[in-house]
Amino acid sequence: MLKLVFLGRLEDAAGAAEREIEAAETYDDVLAGLEPELAATLRDVRIRLALDGVLVGDPASLSLRDGQELAFLPPVSGG
Amino acid sequence: MITDVRLLCEPFDPAAELAAFSAGQTTAGGIVSFLGQVRSGGGVQALELRHYEPLTLPGMQKLAEKATRRWPLDALLIIHRSGLMHPGDPIVLVAAASRHRRDSFAAAEFAMDHLKSESWFWKRERAGGEWRWIEPREVDFEALQRWG
Repeated sequence: MLKLVFLGRLEDAAGAAEREIEAAETYDDVLAGLEPELAATLRDVRIRLALDGVLVGDPASLSLRDGQELAFLPPVSGG
Repeated sequence: MITDVRLLCEPFDPAAELAAFSAGQTTAGGIVSFLGQVRSGGGVQALELRHYEPLTLPGMQKLAEKATRRWPLDALLIIHRSGLMHPGDPIVLVAAASRHRRDSFAAAEFAMDHLKSESWFWKRERAGGEWRWIEPREVDFEALQRWG
């Protein structure tokens, strides 16, 4: 299993703040398993990724393992 | 050098925090503080800030380190709320103490500019009974540029 976390407005796009999916090896595998509309939203280049709490530089380089947490971080709006 | 960086999910009392922060700063010639609060108007009934546990507080701590490396501070305080707030509620308190006032002014503003546009928070507002996510503002990014 892989835990997906959707921050900010992505929570509305995904319909929930978190979702568990079957294990996937690559980022493309993750997106391919999601609803096409959500996958398209997540492909926005402004969205950063964090794997197990560490920011990911290049999503294409991801090699995912069972039990990990992948977070989708849209542009921030704090303060 | 004292740094106190906190991410709170409950309301806080900015006056009490500032008094506690200032109490020990006997060698500082100046203490500058900034309080950000939920503004009323525009029909805003509530504001909610979300954070991401693994990134948000560590990011705030790194920001504090950056500020303390850049200016000779005696102490730095950063308190940021997460969760549900209402108009008038404090959101963020930054305070800097230094021997000379300019370092405190600069460090407090540096911290605020980075909290606004770089820290891992997402904000939504409720108006007319509807929640709406707030997009980042260009002016907040522009504010960052002058720090190089």
